[in-house]
Amino acid sequence: MECGELLKKLSDIRAVAGRENMAAEIIAGLFRQYCDDVSVDSFYNVIGFKKGQAENPQNVLITAHYDEIGLIVTGIEDSGFLRFTAIGGVDAKAIGAMEVTVHGKKDLFGVIGVKPPHLIAPEDKDKGIKMEDMRIDIGYDGEKARELVSIGDVVTFNSPTQELLNNRIAGKSLDNRSGVAALVEILKELQKLKHDDNVYVVATVQEELGLIGAVCTTYNIKADLGIVIDVCHGDMPDAPSDEAFPLDKGVTVAIGPIISRKHAKECIKIAREENIPYQIDPEAGDTGTEAAVHAVAREGIPVILLSIPCKYMHTAVEMVSVNDIVSTGKLAARYIAGRSKE
Amino acid sequence: MFDIINKLTQTFGPSGNEKKVADLIRDMLKDKVDEVKTDVLGNLICIKKGSGKKIMLAAHMDEIGIIVSFIDKNGFLRFSNVGGLNPFVILGKRVIFENGSVGVVWYEENIDDIKNIKLEKMYIDIAASSKEDAERLVNVGDMAVFEAGTILQNGRIISKSMDNRIGCAVLVQTALNQPETENEIYYVFTAQEEVGLRGAGPAAYGLMPDMALAVDVTATGDTPECKPMAVKLGAGPAIKIKDRSVIAHPEVKDLLIKCAIENNIPHQFEILSQGGTDAGSIHTTAGGIPSGGVAIPTRNVHNSAEIVDMKDVENAVKLIEAFINQ
Amino acid sequence: MKEALENLKKLTALDGVSGEEKPVRDYIISRIKEHVDDYYVDNIGNLITYKKGTGNSPKVMLDAHMDEVGLLITQINSDGLLKFRTIGGIEDRVLVGKRVRIGEKKIPGVIGFKPLHLQSSKERSGTVDKKQLTIDIGAKDKDQAASKVEIGDLAAFAYDPVEFGDNKLMAKALDDRAGCAVLIELLKHKYECDIYGCFTVQEEIGLKGARTSTFQVRPDIALVLEGTTCYDVPDTKEYGMSTVCGRGPALTVMDRTVIADRDLLRHIIKTAELNDIPYQFKQTVTGGTNAGKIQTGGTGAKVAVIALPCRYIHSPVSVMDINDFENMIKLSKKVLETLPASITLYREQGGKEYV
Repeated sequence: MECGELLKKLSDIRAVAGRENMAAEIIAGLFRQYCDDVSVDSFYNVIGFKKGQAENPQNVLITAHYDEIGLIVTGIEDSGFLRFTAIGGVDAKAIGAMEVTVHGKKDLFGVIGVKPPHLIAPEDKDKGIKMEDMRIDIGYDGEKARELVSIGDVVTFNSPTQELLNNRIAGKSLDNRSGVAALVEILKELQKLKHDDNVYVVATVQEELGLIGAVCTTYNIKADLGIVIDVCHGDMPDAPSDEAFPLDKGVTVAIGPIISRKHAKECIKIAREENIPYQIDPEAGDTGTEAAVHAVAREGIPVILLSIPCKYMHTAVEMVSVNDIVSTGKLAARYIAGRSKE
Repeated sequence: MFDIINKLTQTFGPSGNEKKVADLIRDMLKDKVDEVKTDVLGNLICIKKGSGKKIMLAAHMDEIGIIVSFIDKNGFLRFSNVGGLNPFVILGKRVIFENGSVGVVWYEENIDDIKNIKLEKMYIDIAASSKEDAERLVNVGDMAVFEAGTILQNGRIISKSMDNRIGCAVLVQTALNQPETENEIYYVFTAQEEVGLRGAGPAAYGLMPDMALAVDVTATGDTPECKPMAVKLGAGPAIKIKDRSVIAHPEVKDLLIKCAIENNIPHQFEILSQGGTDAGSIHTTAGGIPSGGVAIPTRNVHNSAEIVDMKDVENAVKLIEAFINQ
Repeated sequence: MKEALENLKKLTALDGVSGEEKPVRDYIISRIKEHVDDYYVDNIGNLITYKKGTGNSPKVMLDAHMDEVGLLITQINSDGLLKFRTIGGIEDRVLVGKRVRIGEKKIPGVIGFKPLHLQSSKERSGTVDKKQLTIDIGAKDKDQAASKVEIGDLAAFAYDPVEFGDNKLMAKALDDRAGCAVLIELLKHKYECDIYGCFTVQEEIGLKGARTSTFQVRPDIALVLEGTTCYDVPDTKEYGMSTVCGRGPALTVMDRTVIADRDLLRHIIKTAELNDIPYQFKQTVTGGTNAGKIQTGGTGAKVAVIALPCRYIHSPVSVMDINDFENMIKLSKKVLETLPASITLYREQGGKEYV
């Protein structure tokens, strides 16, 4: 499948953090045609394995999380409206008047209601609305709602992917299905290349709840090198210039205390040699990604972080450039194959 | 069962100082299980051998309290919190130290607005007249807990330290009932939950169970003008869906729901917006241990008078018994 | 003791911002390799040393972190000035007017800010936001700056140690080169217990190194040797001072990351009292140390912290009392020498605690 098509398919999958059982099999299916073995662990991390050609291969572990942010039903009112709270970092101002799917006994269409401007008191006009004051309207009364929906059911945003100009795509969960698409791109590239190392590509769970899938994965798979693929902030008006990166200028390679400087430099060298566009992402702290988990897992895994610039993160219209995903796949695959030549 | 709850809630055991609680539980259970041990962190581990799945049941023993950080020349104590403690909650309360010394918490009265009160502006008066006097009773580093009784009224219990001696009581009662099961059951009474879920992870790492349940308290949404929450006192134990530390593993959650329905045990669902539980550290232990939780609805959590309903407590025991027999 | 102080001075003159601790590690290796049975550098960069004990006793880990707070270059502006972010906890107010050196080539630079005369009245009374600050290496433009410095380079404060006043030492990075110097000293001696001396990395950015060292060593007992907060200056209420310079090494009962093991702490206090070594309790519960990660790693360990009071910690001009430093060495050494006899672990007693 061509990368743009794949990304659209991935973005439309629904897999709220903690309830990835909804989607694990679909991801496994995408890995299967390129891997020697694919498995799903007890936390629904999807693990693809591609054997290396060396006699004593090292293990390269590449993780990209596939969970998405969403909502969870916390109460059902007698009137049938649903109360909810966030799973992961949901911005309350970005969800008013949103179409949603409530994953109850069956999938139910719903909308998040908003007060019309006519009824908002002038003194409240500038106030933000709190999530606890919002409701999901599924169009049923309390009795029917209770029959179909239970507290703890999850809710996803309806936001079909949009193809935009210049090979750019907008959709609800490009953080981090873009990374998952890059995993598939890596696998495709590796088909063409010789690689000595064993490669584990893992689509991980519950990143948005505290990097939990990566904690499990980095313990279970003894890796010699870790590669994390996630999104970083795309360049937007008002964004600080050293923390947001333009789309189409290539994947970012992180440098900072928790990143293995040696491996990051090697990776940059490959990008230069192969003419793959890249940008440098200086990270002073934990990076907010699974790289923080790799770095301290077991004996410590030397880790690099490759990020795909993504605009409007944690909204239903996250935007990436397919070109950046393709170049991420290329860079990571060439880097892995390049290690073999040493 | 009230007797067990009474003993447990009235035993001294702030985080890091759980020994007395551990000793009490050890005495209650030592003849009913196959093995009892304590690990380096002070977790008490009671094992009922079995050939089936290894199931860890965790309830934390520690309670919130205060720690003395300084004694001034007039014998007043400065202190910090051990676990989550609201300054307004502790203001004017009595606290008791391990050796039985009692103090009263008060504040620097020149404060502009009581709304701005912080623990740094508060002190404990142990009725000492000088530093030397005070040091005969208390040292820097000593901890104290709320001093408050435990009473049964209207089928409900009012007490200090329900969080989480009520969870301990549920596990003690479950172990005493010696439920039928082929599974290997680890009754684990954990240390240092209130300061960051510190005990449960190492205990789980040592035991490597196949799945785990944390038994703890949860807040309710049934008091006047409170924050909305779909949990009521008396409506049954709450099956954990999510809190700040964990989203319950779907299989564990679904199994609990199945057990509740099949055995006609009233139950409700817990989505807690503040606070976490031992399940949060157990489920990320080693390569991941599927974990969930059973919570006892409790009013006024982290106060000196927390309230639970005996029916919820009894039903929690039934639910856990059904769960471990699966 | 003289040698320990010399080591400390040399250590504080080296740069080891979190993530790039090699210069510090290399120096430590040169000082300890004669004294230990084995040592290696792990994946994350910790130096793990092993010293076999003379008896059959518990495994003791000694932890001191090598890294220091510093800066990360994030952008080279068109005028050749460098944007940066802080690594570890550095207060905005300590940055203005400081000397730094950048990267392996130690390119010198200064952190400038517009003078008082040009500040608005609001700027005069307020703090500076570090996002407004840049490092000036004297470059005439972006190209010249880029030929000396790369995005992602680390910068450390460029301050050399000075002995001054009444037995005081001023230096950068006393947190935790002081712990490193103490640990080097401790490794010169033999003990009954097996000692794993761990010089760890990346403590300042969230106790990273101790996670992997603990995974590898799996200690029964751990002593964390740290530099800790001290603010014994006038106008501070005594209960807010944390520690007082000159009153001896500080023991932690509780902080943000750990509650010290009661038995181990009792042993340390008893040891200090028996040997007439002054000590104090850290009187605030703020801050955290590697002890938090070591205590909860694997199946857990008994941990305690012995710390050197350092004034102006996390600034380039930290100040300590040399007597405190010497007493910290004395106390930790005595604690180790007497450890096996007075500490019992449940593992050796079939499950009974606190016998």
